Amino acid sequence: MKTKLEEIKRASLEAIANSADAAELEALRIKYLGKKGELTAVLKQMGSLSPEERPIMGQLANEVRAAVEAAIEETSAKLAEVALEKQLLAETVDVTIPGKEVKVGHKHPMYIALDEIKDIFIGMGFTVLDGPEVEFAELNFDRLNAEEGHPSRDWSDTFYFDEDSRVMLRSQTSPMQVRAMDSMELPIRIVAPGRVYRKDEVDATHSPMFHQVEGMVIDKGVTMADLKGTLNTVVEQLYGAGTQTRFRPHHFPFTEPSCEMDVQCHKCGGVGCPTCKGEGWIELLGAGMIHPRVLEMAGIDPNVYSGWAFGLGLERTAMRRFKIADLRLIFENDVRFLEQF
Amino acid sequence: MNLSRKWLNEFVTVTASDKDFAEAMTLSGSKVEITMDLGAEIENVVVGNVLSMKRHENSDHMWVCQVDVAEGEPIQIVTGAQNVKEGDLVPVAKHKSTLPGGKKIEKGKLRGEVSYGMLCSFKELGLDQRDFPAAYEDGIWILSDDPELNVEIGQDIREAVGLDDHVVEFEITPNRPDCLSVIGLAREAAATYGAELRLHEPVVNGGAEGNLIELLDIETPAEDLVPRYTARMVRNVKIAPSPKWMRERLRAMGVRPINNIVDITNYVMLEYGQPMHAFDYRYVQGGKIIVRRAEEGEELTTLDGNLRKLTADHLVIADDTRAVGLAGIMGGLNSEIVEDTTDVVFESACFDGTCIRKGALALGMRTEASAKFEKGLDPMNTLPAVQRACELVELLGAGEVVDGIIDILNYVPHPTVLTLEPEKINALLGTDVSADEMVRILRSVDFKVDGDQVTVPSYRADVLRMADLAEEVARFYGYNNIPVTLMRGQTTLGGYSPEQQLERRLGELCRAFGHDEIITYSFISPTYYDKIRWPQDDERRKSFKILNPLGEDTSIMRTTVLPSMLEILTRNFNYRNKNTKLYEVGRIYIPNREDGLATESKMLSIGAYGSDMDFFALKGIIEAIAGDIRAEDLRFETCSNNPSYHPGRCATVWSGDICLGVFGQIHPLVVKNYDIDTELYCAELSFDALMAAKGAEAEYVPLPRFPGVHRDLAVVCASEVTVYQLSQCIKAAGGNLLKAVDFFDVYTGAPIEAGKKSVAFSLEFRSDEQNLTDKDIEPAMEKILAQLGEKLDAHLR
Repeated sequence: MKTKLEEIKRASLEAIANSADAAELEALRIKYLGKKGELTAVLKQMGSLSPEERPIMGQLANEVRAAVEAAIEETSAKLAEVALEKQLLAETVDVTIPGKEVKVGHKHPMYIALDEIKDIFIGMGFTVLDGPEVEFAELNFDRLNAEEGHPSRDWSDTFYFDEDSRVMLRSQTSPMQVRAMDSMELPIRIVAPGRVYRKDEVDATHSPMFHQVEGMVIDKGVTMADLKGTLNTVVEQLYGAGTQTRFRPHHFPFTEPSCEMDVQCHKCGGVGCPTCKGEGWIELLGAGMIHPRVLEMAGIDPNVYSGWAFGLGLERTAMRRFKIADLRLIFENDVRFLEQF
Repeated sequence: MNLSRKWLNEFVTVTASDKDFAEAMTLSGSKVEITMDLGAEIENVVVGNVLSMKRHENSDHMWVCQVDVAEGEPIQIVTGAQNVKEGDLVPVAKHKSTLPGGKKIEKGKLRGEVSYGMLCSFKELGLDQRDFPAAYEDGIWILSDDPELNVEIGQDIREAVGLDDHVVEFEITPNRPDCLSVIGLAREAAATYGAELRLHEPVVNGGAEGNLIELLDIETPAEDLVPRYTARMVRNVKIAPSPKWMRERLRAMGVRPINNIVDITNYVMLEYGQPMHAFDYRYVQGGKIIVRRAEEGEELTTLDGNLRKLTADHLVIADDTRAVGLAGIMGGLNSEIVEDTTDVVFESACFDGTCIRKGALALGMRTEASAKFEKGLDPMNTLPAVQRACELVELLGAGEVVDGIIDILNYVPHPTVLTLEPEKINALLGTDVSADEMVRILRSVDFKVDGDQVTVPSYRADVLRMADLAEEVARFYGYNNIPVTLMRGQTTLGGYSPEQQLERRLGELCRAFGHDEIITYSFISPTYYDKIRWPQDDERRKSFKILNPLGEDTSIMRTTVLPSMLEILTRNFNYRNKNTKLYEVGRIYIPNREDGLATESKMLSIGAYGSDMDFFALKGIIEAIAGDIRAEDLRFETCSNNPSYHPGRCATVWSGDICLGVFGQIHPLVVKNYDIDTELYCAELSFDALMAAKGAEAEYVPLPRFPGVHRDLAVVCASEVTVYQLSQCIKAAGGNLLKAVDFFDVYTGAPIEAGKKSVAFSLEFRSDEQNLTDKDIEPAMEKILAQLGEKLDAHLR
């Protein structure tokens, strides 16, 4: 019997190890361990053994059974692994086939530039203001020190809604300075982006509607050095640390002293190239210390408070940033253009 | 404003290169646009002496010349010109030379004879007859025939004929009309470089027969528009070309030489910034000049030959009987300086800037003079300017100046005197400039400083207060020397308002749904309302109307965003862009305010076309937006009466009582108006309504502890019954345990009888206390079916 058991063990382990698939393995399990299996058949003969032999053979039989079971389990796992590998291989995809399209919409390039500017100023404690585009000439001009007779008030330059030139489409975002002064508590730190309108025919650099961002700070002891410092910080955030700027005297009716701020040409680094028309610098914005008369007209004492303001053309900023050559593209809204950004 | 650097150097010596000069002037406040080397295009062209000429052997009209160009051996040049003779000095474009227009000259053979270059005409050097009236137009320029030219053999032609000047173009801001002159810019250059300014006081000898006071009477009834009127007279005028040096300067500044008298007026205008006018005395009827407002409808033919119809807003120079000039804009043809003019009156006046500007604008004729006057000129400048003109007349021998000056002053000079407060200037600039330095700077730009009293020059009408002095100080201290500091003082709390946050969020959502952002014009054509089929009497057609629009297309402020979106969709469709999805947060402008401004409401405008777009795709976006902003009690109502939309595929969307907007398929007739053939889908949502419907911030609700039980329910009902009615009925009847009613199918057709439809829902029942069994749900299901039957005649399929 012992010999038989050992023979079963040897034969079964060999067969199990050589089995090719799960079905064959199952057949082997039935063959050796099943109710009518070979091991069961041997065990059925246990009755014919002597009482002394019985426990010894029993133990041996259990050992054989355990060994066979373990072998089946091990081989089963191995076969499963092989089968899985085979299946996975069969499932191989061509990873170069494009993915299922997920369409994400695009922000308009001009608003990409605007949102960035707004975020920078928000970070410096500024509030973003919205204001009317249909505006009083009084706020757009008079309160900004551009009195009757100022050329920009001409009907050839500005759109009007009444014969008395009282209500107009704002020609700049600067009336927001006046609105802020009239409605807000001091100190004031605002930026006011929005649409502005001038009577320019559409071409590669002009549009009767375009966008500006106005900015203003009023507080005690505000200086032109602060203006420079703040705008330099903004430029560094927009164009990268270390970006060089320069300030040039200029003229606006509502600031004194007035300046324009240039950024060193990104293309040539200031040497001079076609992008900067050989100057090495590119004009970015106009700014200045708020004119004392403008403060006075808003009931703010220029002997106590001072302030600075700037105005920036958004289209030009976006066009430069994204190297857009023609302003008309901005308002054409061709998706082949929009989806580039 | 163009500036000849040669002319500038008469007043101040500046040797800097054009680039350095441009940068220095720009940084001190006179912005330079470009600089030009007048002779830049001419290279390797010199004065040559024609030593000998012989006929070309193979040509009956060409000459073979030996020309001395001061290079040792003469060079051989073949010319076809017939006006050259031996001994002539001529411009020679040598081998490898360039001429204006990029023309390159190289040696070559002409019918077998080698030619080492070309003899030139003045035209080939970029000049015209006006520049050199004595030169022969149709041939080689014989330099030695022109007594005004004093040239040397071998001399660079640019130097020989005055093409060696450099011109700098400035952008002068409107507050500085004084810089629209050579002297004004010389003053700025002197201050910029700390150099000496050499001004010159005109000297007039006079002495011609008579005295102006007896010859001419001047009245200025429009005295409010004529602060000053100054005149002098010249007799025995000999009209001739002006001398070379004057022509050269005029040409450098971009002014065409005409004749000595006209050139003198232009020269003085350029030098002093004071427009001058010269008119023929014999045409001044009655020996009287009257500066008055024009009569309504009065006519005058101006120097350019155009008949001008005037209004009472125009200012004219008139004699006893008629207007002879349009003050400050252009002279009259009837008093023009002509060949036989003998007596000339020089007018050097100051007119009201606004009057001149409006007058010129009304006639559409902005001139060099009017452009200067409109900025408001210094009345103190009229006298020196007319003196300079008379001085030049004498210098040129163009006539004899009559003694006497007529000088009418209708204003009282009152120089601005300011107190210099260095600490205030430093406080404004954030600088630490010493008082002495400020005084030095102010004096360098002609301000008189006496103690702390600063007297502003008369031509600086823009300087009125401390801040203006601060700018003068800053300009020459250097804007770029002002320190850079960060903001101090009280901190402010910035940030986005809830409205701005919502606007950003809506943009994010639309982009997440695959829509691209667009920007459209706020103004539209009134015909756009026709295109979207608004009835003629629709209240919404009442729009802000621009009285001076660029064109009809941009003449009214839109009261709807729909046509703007349709226009962009159409454009993209015509560009063959597939599956286009767009959005814009744009304003509409409603004329309903008492104060005359507009109610400017923002609209979220969504538009799309393409194979993946239909009513329910668009509705899904609306639902997602409403869900994201947590708008409660969302419902949709059929909207069959919006003329712009498909009557069967349009809905209004509501959150409780708030109408959020309208959306749906655009009416095929509207699409047809845009000349395209596709289905368009649009939504117009009110930003204010979305803001109002925006729900409170989320609060945590415990997750279900027990699983739900699902039941599908299909009922058959009349076609008119809506899914919304069915689901509301189910919810009402379902009791507490019913947690969700989800529509999943609608079906018409066999075996459902005609006029009916089958609608299927998935219901979820759940309790927070226990696992539910079929038994728990039975009563609710029975009640639901009963109610559906009773209320909507809907029965289990």
